[in-house]
Amino acid sequence: MEKKDLYNYILGIADNPLILGQRLGELCGHGPSLETDIACTNIALDLFGQTRSYFQYAAKIKGENATEDSIAFLRTEREYTNVLLVEQPNTDFAFTITRQFLFDVYHYLFLEQLQKSKDVNLSAIAHKAIKEVSYHQRFSSDWIKRLGDGTDESKKRMQNAVNDLWRYTDELFHTTESDEAMIAEGIGVDVKKLKNIYYSRINKILEDARLEIPESKWFQKGGKHGLHTEYMGYILSEMQYMQRTYPNMTW
Amino acid sequence: MSEDQIKNLEAQFEARIARDEKIEPKDWMPEKYRQTHIRQISQHAHSEIVGMLPEGNWITRAPSLRRKVALLAKVQDEAGHGLYLYSACETLGVSREELYDQLHTGKAKYSSIFNYPTITWADIGAIGWLVDGAAIINQVPLCNTSFGPYARAMIRVCKEESFHQRQGYEIMMTLANGTPEQKEMAQDALNRWWWPSLMMFGPTDAESVHTAQSMKWKLKRKTNDELRQQFVDQTVPQAELIGLTIPDDDLKWNDKRKSYDFGPIDWDEFWQVVKGHGPMNKERMNARVSAWENGEWVRDAAVAYADKQKEYKSKQAV
Amino acid sequence: MSKDWPLWEVFVRSKNGLEHRHFGSLHAADAEMALENARDVYTRRNEGVSIWVVESKHITASNPEHNAELFEPAQDKVYRHPTFYDIPDEIKHM
Repeated sequence: MEKKDLYNYILGIADNPLILGQRLGELCGHGPSLETDIACTNIALDLFGQTRSYFQYAAKIKGENATEDSIAFLRTEREYTNVLLVEQPNTDFAFTITRQFLFDVYHYLFLEQLQKSKDVNLSAIAHKAIKEVSYHQRFSSDWIKRLGDGTDESKKRMQNAVNDLWRYTDELFHTTESDEAMIAEGIGVDVKKLKNIYYSRINKILEDARLEIPESKWFQKGGKHGLHTEYMGYILSEMQYMQRTYPNMTW
Repeated sequence: MSEDQIKNLEAQFEARIARDEKIEPKDWMPEKYRQTHIRQISQHAHSEIVGMLPEGNWITRAPSLRRKVALLAKVQDEAGHGLYLYSACETLGVSREELYDQLHTGKAKYSSIFNYPTITWADIGAIGWLVDGAAIINQVPLCNTSFGPYARAMIRVCKEESFHQRQGYEIMMTLANGTPEQKEMAQDALNRWWWPSLMMFGPTDAESVHTAQSMKWKLKRKTNDELRQQFVDQTVPQAELIGLTIPDDDLKWNDKRKSYDFGPIDWDEFWQVVKGHGPMNKERMNARVSAWENGEWVRDAAVAYADKQKEYKSKQAV
Repeated sequence: MSKDWPLWEVFVRSKNGLEHRHFGSLHAADAEMALENARDVYTRRNEGVSIWVVESKHITASNPEHNAELFEPAQDKVYRHPTFYDIPDEIKHM
């Protein structure tokens, strides 16, 4: 087994909660109600907690004085391999919650399989994370229904967000070379197999929410290969600001 | 009720408080007690949620993942504290929406300290160490205040608050022990936050209008100046320990008083910020108002959905 | 439109074997949301294993003005307490 493949594989998992957590972190203090604010921050905290577990493991594999922080903060944009979905902005709460929902349903299915990984570290992280994500999924699904089947305005905003973010869902089921290598080893999750159940779950909730399922077959991809949307540069500028401005310091 | 009857009730009421009995929301209370509590508790709640903004400003830029989660958790706690306090206030018959309205229209005050900007990472350390440190000194006596819901909320707040100050001090300590650049950043933050922190205890006793009444109702146990002195005495050695200098040339130990003497506070600056002309008053209010306005469709939709579900369930039951 | 979310009271069982205790209140549009919010607001530090929520308007509270008639009559019913009864000193536990 190539050490590099395992390392890349872990980053491919962990960059998603990292960037999604970063997006949710922007909202802290600006939520639609105090209670919702607290809930979204809880999700962000879960995601960063997961990120740290993955990166601490990745740092051990990499060696060469790598740390969770050098991995989180000191890569170039092309080296981040999160999916495009999680980097999309908090245009309004409809976008925030739809982005969350589209990711949560995938995340849950993914972790279910990762628990069975032959890699005991990954399996242990997945085992812990799935309880958190199970809650995220419930939370975001409930909100999809509330907002989809709430008022005319909320329905319009939700449909708009669903239509817009839909094009980033297909990428969730793509694999990279490292992914394939890890799948062959029984370490990685074959996400291609999750696609059908993913869309059937998503569609069910959208129907419950009286939202239309987009018919578009045009999808975007690239994140898993480090090709991001224009938003990514700004996310990283903020996130890396301290580490880049004051290199080699302890915080 | 006749005037005499009210006087009688008031006398009984004051006697209960003097005996350290707690007052609960449905108990009879003088109107002034109710109003004073609504004012103080809501002011306190507003301070918590406005206080989320200067610190929230650094969540996306925190320098390490460990710092990021600690800061997120801390800012989230402040939302929780705001929520506990709004709830306590609501038991006095005023809704959270009314309280928000008072905040958004500038009728209600909040702690002026949050009208200063957080311009470097060290400011996050300084806020935790100094601002939360000052807040704790103000708040601990309130765990024992006369109004039950406020006292209970404060017990919860104080329990959770203790990690905040340590978090801040640890940030400052790390910076002070770091590179010259980091140490300078820490000193600069201390320079900017020291005096506003002292102002957090409010005007001097001679100028303070509420103190006597607040003492009687156990909204206060010590005067503003006593608390301020306690803060100075507690904080100076903490600064020395990490090699930072308190920005006050007049600061020196007074062996007779067993306390530090310190220089005069710029009360003009204090009143300027209180009256709405601090560096960030407008930005803080804009952020609160736009969060509330942008959230309106979300809150409305949730209510509409709940109504539909109720209707649906009652139809099913038939 | 702007309708406010109703107020809910939150009761938390901190561990099995203990009763649910009133922890505080919060606002939520529906019961599911109230439960989720209660979990996020009141059990962030591992404070609970079970949560009850009830809309505040469904609670009927006694009126403190009636405290005299409600509670004072119980004060002199000393015979309800074990110390009211004399037993020989030799009997240590009863």
